[in-house]
Parts: sequence; C-alpha cells; structure tokens
Amino acid sequence: MAEHIPILRMGDFLLVSIQVEMHDNLALALQDDLTRAIERTGARGVLIDITALDMVDSFIGRVIGDTSSMSRLLDAQTVLVGMRPAVAITLVELGMSMTGVRTALTVERGMQMLREGLSEARDDADTEI
Amino acid sequence: MSSTHALGSLLHDNQEPLLADWLKHIDEAGLSGLSRQEDVRRQAAELLRLLTDAAGRDHGGALAADSGALQGFLRDFSDARVREGFSSQQTATFVFALKRPVFQRIQALHGNDAATQAALIGSASDLLDSLGLKTIDAYQKSREAVIQRQQEELLELSTPVVKLWDGVLALPIIGTLDSARTQVMMESLLDRIASSESEIAIIDITGVPTVDTLVAQHLIKTVTAIRLMGADCIISGVRPQIAQTIVHLGVDLGSVTTKANLADALALAMKRLGAVVSRRAG
Repeated sequence: MAEHIPILRMGDFLLVSIQVEMHDNLALALQDDLTRAIERTGARGVLIDITALDMVDSFIGRVIGDTSSMSRLLDAQTVLVGMRPAVAITLVELGMSMTGVRTALTVERGMQMLREGLSEARDDADTEI
Repeated sequence: MSSTHALGSLLHDNQEPLLADWLKHIDEAGLSGLSRQEDVRRQAAELLRLLTDAAGRDHGGALAADSGALQGFLRDFSDARVREGFSSQQTATFVFALKRPVFQRIQALHGNDAATQAALIGSASDLLDSLGLKTIDAYQKSREAVIQRQQEELLELSTPVVKLWDGVLALPIIGTLDSARTQVMMESLLDRIASSESEIAIIDITGVPTVDTLVAQHLIKTVTAIRLMGADCIISGVRPQIAQTIVHLGVDLGSVTTKANLADALALAMKRLGAVVSRRAG
C-alpha cells in the first residue's frame, strides 16, 4: 500500500502534520487526500504543519502552495505553519514567494488565526441575513 | 664563468661596502623614517645575504629570485612594511636603492673592460628588477590578506539581531548590502525568529547609504522569507532620498510595510501585538 500522510479532524478544522521525508508521490497523494477530506467533512479551515520538513525542492514547494490554493477554493482557509529558516530561504531563492498563502510561526498561532477567520466569516454571514 | 656567477662572487666579496652604500641610499630616500635604524640594517643585511646566495648558484642564466628562503624573507618583510604603513612605492624603492651601489661597484672593478661591465650590469639589473617585482607582489598579497581579514570581521560584526520587545526583533543594517551580507543577515534573523518565536521583525535601513535595484531585491527576498515563516516584517528608516530612489528605479515595495523611523515601526509592532504604551498620569 502506498504511503499516506494522516489528515486529522479537529472540529471545523483539518490538521495535517508532515513528519516524514517528502517525496513527489507522497506530496501528490496528500494533495488528493486533503481535497477529498475537505469535501467529505465540510471543514472550514486547514492547518498544514511543516515544522519537521527540513528540505524542499521546487516541486514540493509548488505542491504545498497549490494545495493551499485548492483548499481555499473549497472554502477552507489554509494556514501553513512552522516553516524552517532553511526552507524559507530555499523557497525564496527558487523564486517561490507563495503569495496568498497564509503563514504562522507555530501550530498554536495557526489555530488561533483559523478560529479568528471562522468567527469573522460567521459575523459576515449573520449580518447578511 | 657566466655573468650571473660573476655577479654572485662580486656581491659576495663586497658585502660590507655594498651594505653601507645601500643603507646610505635608503637613508637619503627617507625610507627608514619610521622603522628603527638597526631594523633597517638587519633587513638590508639579510636580504643582501640571501641575494648573494641566490645569485651565487648558477641557474643557467635564469634569475635566482625564486629561491624559497628569499620568498619567505620577502613575505615577512612585506608583512612588516604593510603593518608599519609603508606604501608599495616605498617598499619597492627599498630594494631598488641597491641598484646604484652595485652598479658603482661593478664600474669600479671592471672599469676597463666594457664587455664584462655591460654583462654584469645587465644581470645585476635583471636580478634586482625581478626582486623588486617580487617584493611588490608580496606586498600586495600582504595587503590583500589584511583586507580579506577585515572584511570577514566586518561581516561577523555587522549583523546583530536585537530584541526590542517580547515578540519583536530588530535588525539594524549599517553599510551597503551585498549578496554575501544579505545571506548572513537573513540566516541570523530567520534563526532568531524561529528560536524566539517572534511575530514581528523590523529591518532598519537608516544606515544603508544607497539603495539600488540589487539591494531592494535583497530586502524583498528577506521580507518574503520572513513572511513564509509566518512572521511579519516592517522596514524602517526609509529616508526621503531613498524613497525617491526606490520609486525612480521602479522597484515595487508595495507588499512591504515601511515606516520612516524605528520608533514608528516599534509603535506599529506593539499595536499589532495588542500592547499599549501610556504615560503615567500626573
């Protein structure tokens, strides 16, 4: 059976923690799994934790960026947390600035951002009615 | 007997008078001004001895200034000269001052024999010229080593990351930003952000003399990397002149928060963190 990265559900949010060496197929499998999971659970937010990721190439970088954009299209806000300095420098040197992807330093702050985003969205919905 | 060999024995037989004449010339050129008299004498005597050794060995007409001992001496000599603040011209003149005494000596000994005289002067000239060039070469290498060392020290000194408040880091940049410095700066700032979990980083460019497209690009790179890590970045200390340059260059800093001075940037950072600064009543 092919490897998969677990997607955990926490209330309205999905939590993905990448803790293994990322390779191309695994990244694509994650993209597939995550979009399906959002659709199935109706999650409003996704938190991708890459604290343990210490190496990226342009492909992995692109897949992570794409996954965030796809989640947003499915109406789930995405926050990328815990990027290491070396990874950030690599991505910048590769010319990938990931504009539009929200980022946070730690999982805790990322969750806070998602909650704030969700309550704002609810406020908006309330005023519309 | 080849002319190089003849020159070798001539130098050997006339060490003392040559040294005395040479020192006189050095004195007249005002080259011993800074160093102590006995130091100059010792250096001159050592160089003359090595030169005599080198010239004495017949290298089939090739110049003998390549010998290891001579090279080593020139290196130390140039090092000392660089430290004492001599110019390259003064250092070379020190060696070239030996020419006249040698020529005079050749003339005095072989005055009647034009052919020998010409041959000897020719090889003496070649020998001293190549020695002079070697001296300059060694001098330049010493100078470059000094510059290199200073650059490295500067690079280490020039990237202090300071903590301004809980969750607020600042990086004051003094001097021009080049690729190497940006790299070091970016790494130390990003590492500190990760280790201290600071949400806001302020890059202060008050001390950056000019901003060109390359510097702007380096700044944008740093800001992007900070954002990718999940922290915010504010650039402060943008002077009117720099603002004009940036706009004239067509660099887009629109996505970066900028402030005129560090105080404003800190105030903004505190506001974002929800901290309030107030004056005590009364």
